Amino acid sequence: MLLFSCPNCGPRDETEFHYGGQAHVPYPKDADALTDKEWSEFLFYRDNTRGDFAERWVHSTGCRQWFNMLRDTVSYEIKAVYPMGGSRPDQPPATAAQTQQKGQQS
Amino acid sequence: MAQTAERENDVIRGLRRSPAGHLADAFSQGSVSGEQGVTLREVPFLTMIGVRAAPGSAVWDRLGAVMGGLPERYGQVTGSGAGDGPGTEQGVSVLWLGPQEFLVIAADGPNALGGGAAGASLLGGLLDALAGDPGQVVDLSANRTTFELAGPSARAVLEKSCALDLHPREFTVGTAVNTQIGLIPAVLWKVDEAAFRIFPRASFADFLGRWLLDGMREYAAVEVP
Ligand SMILES: [Zn+2]
Repeated sequence: MLLFSCPNCGPRDETEFHYGGQAHVPYPKDADALTDKEWSEFLFYRDNTRGDFAERWVHSTGCRQWFNMLRDTVSYEIKAVYPMGGSRPDQPPATAAQTQQKGQQS
Repeated sequence: MAQTAERENDVIRGLRRSPAGHLADAFSQGSVSGEQGVTLREVPFLTMIGVRAAPGSAVWDRLGAVMGGLPERYGQVTGSGAGDGPGTEQGVSVLWLGPQEFLVIAADGPNALGGGAAGASLLGGLLDALAGDPGQVVDLSANRTTFELAGPSARAVLEKSCALDLHPREFTVGTAVNTQIGLIPAVLWKVDEAAFRIFPRASFADFLGRWLLDGMREYAAVEVP
């Protein structure tokens, strides 16, 4: 059983959490202009990373809040827990202009 | 008119069935007294009101004023009934469920949900305080029921299937958290040194009641020296 450190509640069993998929997938800036292929790629296509992977989790039987987590997909080691909308702790923070270009926070 | 409504409310109250009402006999038979005792009972029909408000907002202040403050941190319980011991149904307690989500618990009756004069009830007072601003006040009384697990072995029974650290140095009297007991999502509130209130959703009450009874059984047996 993995222990996740919820930013609100502290360490809890992984069974209290639900997975929300890859983090930092920006909503397309102009969704109407996308082709069907581009739209389906936004909806369904995600990275399949070996190693550090940024993903979203929700503490569903606790505080019911979402957060981001950096997890090694090989060792399951949890490298970092950080707020929704925050930038990946293992990458330099995006500038304000970049964030705006990427669209909605994720 | 008001009298008719009150009479109708009384009729409806008489017809209510609590989610674990059918287990009342099993609970009393399964309860154990003595040095390693543990008792289980359902406290039916407590009033529960779901409240959402952003800390620091005007709504937060107004809702807090109705109940003696809203909790600001994980595990905290506020309100006039925050120190209620087992078996007491006095006052109003507010449990922290999330940074902006709280559960108000009060006694059953017209003072809580209305039936008396409009606005005189707890629910009416909270709705008035919300005044249509961003936030939420919802009657959730039928959502969960209340179990009271008490006695010297209460913690031991819980520890069989709750992964939280329930040692008194970590889980102090007056703490309430949302967690899992036997994989059932439930709010757990430590109301006294050896007494817990457990709030499972109505549909899980039968399972959790029987699950706890099963965990209590060993304490009824004579200890083998
Ligand atoms: Zn949490």
